[in-house]
Amino acid sequence: MSVLGPTSPDGGAQERVEGFIAPEIPGKAYQLPLWRRKPLLIIGLVILGIYVLLAVAGPFFVDDPRVTDPANFYQGPSSDNWFGTDKFGRDVFARAVHAARLDVTIGIVIALSSMVIGSAIGVVSGYFGGWVDEVMMRLTDVVMAFPGFVLALVLVAAIGNSVPNVVIAVSVAYIPYFIRLTRAQVLAERELEYVDGAKLAGNSPLRVAFRHVLPNSMGPSFVQAALVAGWAILTVAGLAFLGVGIRPPTAEWGVMVAEGAPDIITGQWWTALFPGGMIVLAAMAFQFIGDDMGAETL
Amino acid sequence: MATVIGIVIIVFFIVRVLPGDAAIVRAGPYANEQKVAEIRQQYGLSDPIPVQFRDYISEVFTGNLGVSIRTNGDVTDELLQRLPASLELAFYAVVLAAIIGIPMGIIAAARRDSWVDRMARVFAVLGSSMALFWLGLLLIYFLFFKLRWFPGPIDRLAIGTEPPDSITGFFTIDAALHGDFGLMVEAFRYLALPVITLGFVLAAPILKMVRASMIDALESEHVRTARAIGVPYWQILFRDGFRNALLPVTTAIGIVFGYMLGGNVIVEFLFAWPGVGRYAYTAIQVNDLEALQGFVIVVGILYVGLNVVIDLVYAWIDPRIRLGKKVAA
Repeated sequence: MSVLGPTSPDGGAQERVEGFIAPEIPGKAYQLPLWRRKPLLIIGLVILGIYVLLAVAGPFFVDDPRVTDPANFYQGPSSDNWFGTDKFGRDVFARAVHAARLDVTIGIVIALSSMVIGSAIGVVSGYFGGWVDEVMMRLTDVVMAFPGFVLALVLVAAIGNSVPNVVIAVSVAYIPYFIRLTRAQVLAERELEYVDGAKLAGNSPLRVAFRHVLPNSMGPSFVQAALVAGWAILTVAGLAFLGVGIRPPTAEWGVMVAEGAPDIITGQWWTALFPGGMIVLAAMAFQFIGDDMGAETL
Repeated sequence: MATVIGIVIIVFFIVRVLPGDAAIVRAGPYANEQKVAEIRQQYGLSDPIPVQFRDYISEVFTGNLGVSIRTNGDVTDELLQRLPASLELAFYAVVLAAIIGIPMGIIAAARRDSWVDRMARVFAVLGSSMALFWLGLLLIYFLFFKLRWFPGPIDRLAIGTEPPDSITGFFTIDAALHGDFGLMVEAFRYLALPVITLGFVLAAPILKMVRASMIDALESEHVRTARAIGVPYWQILFRDGFRNALLPVTTAIGIVFGYMLGGNVIVEFLFAWPGVGRYAYTAIQVNDLEALQGFVIVVGILYVGLNVVIDLVYAWIDPRIRLGKKVAA
């Protein structure tokens, strides 16, 4: 490999792929504006930006999500109540906006905590190997033998309904993905020469593992985290829909869908379909981002 | 087998050992001290953990998953009774997902970067960010409430309709075996909405997997050679492309099946489908930990069993494995 050769650990596969799409002049592919090369990423970021804005500032502009107005129950969407009102006359839009703060935060917290814990375990497992690795791999095997949703479901049922418990339960379900991902990355990374260099420079093994190998192994995990944030929102809302975890009267999208679901067959579609749509759109934003960043989307 | 043991152990830890008093959870929020003590005695929860563990293991491995608090019935029996309904739903959903996902994946790979490919990609992203309950509600609202094309979310058949005598437990197949095709159509009509809901979401990962592995196969050297010597393109697509893509596709279908075993709790609840998922839902509502624990163990075992079946299918479709050579996973 020449001095000018690719320095990235994947042997420059990324560059080759880019070159394949626009092969005429080397470097020309990079001059396409970002929104042309990765339109989904931009769409995802814009949607996510709107959600973050809603979550941060929204609650100051809408009514109290708990205030009821029994005279105004089941009003369809109008200029006063954009998303209509539910069976207690609560404003669905106000509730959905307040829920954005809770749901988006939960999604991101779950993604980050499972990424941090998962990659810490993954680097120890992959870098040091031995019996720790053996035990960890068997453990992830078993945890991954459950569909994630079922695992989260039974965990919350056992440790009790509350927001922190939901975060813990759903994070546990996703940690194995990050362990596997980081471990695989570390296995390739630890053979590279800079690792020997770091060892020879007198760094302790833990320092080499966490300060040198781990940062170079985190790329795929960040992409995965974007996807996990979207899935986490779906999972939390799905649990709430089943009455597990976050319970009424909390303004949460899944809770709102659960409360509104019986109205569907009597024609009041807005109480369930609006908050449900907000869940799907939020999950989609994260999917777009992860997908365009080249995640393994399974 | 090791994984099954692992599952059983993990479930024990989740249900019995985690902080949170299992007796209090079982007794419910309105129980007094005495009732809690009674339940603790009844379920042996005051025994030391190792003793509890021994009792639990010996029960589970003799196929006894305990007694449901809600119905006082045997959990194993109740789950087995509900399993066919879930499997019928799962089976048709996976079939639908494969019917949508596989051709779309092939076309997307064959016409890479065309508009078909882009549509397929958007479809895949949509599918993987879709909330099952939201899609289900949309379908109920439009196809049942508005258009009345399909029956509402009640059960596997209308109330008062006699189900066919059980042979396989699949209403559609049983009805056909009895020659009652009207009943079979009826069963399909009740299946339609939940199957579409699940099938749409499950098509996404299959589509992605088919596309990715087809592209790998089509870029291989033997395909280049085949094209160079003038083999017809459709023949390359199926003989060289699709057959090589079959292995990953099988994996995808396995993953999808596993995913569904969890997702069906939502769909079965939404469509009032009397399967194991709905059983788990009811169990959660009343803190019926025995029933829930049984559900998780059954799901785990089904999932592991599924992986064994997939390994066997691998061996059947892949001559490299069939001939006994080791292939790196």
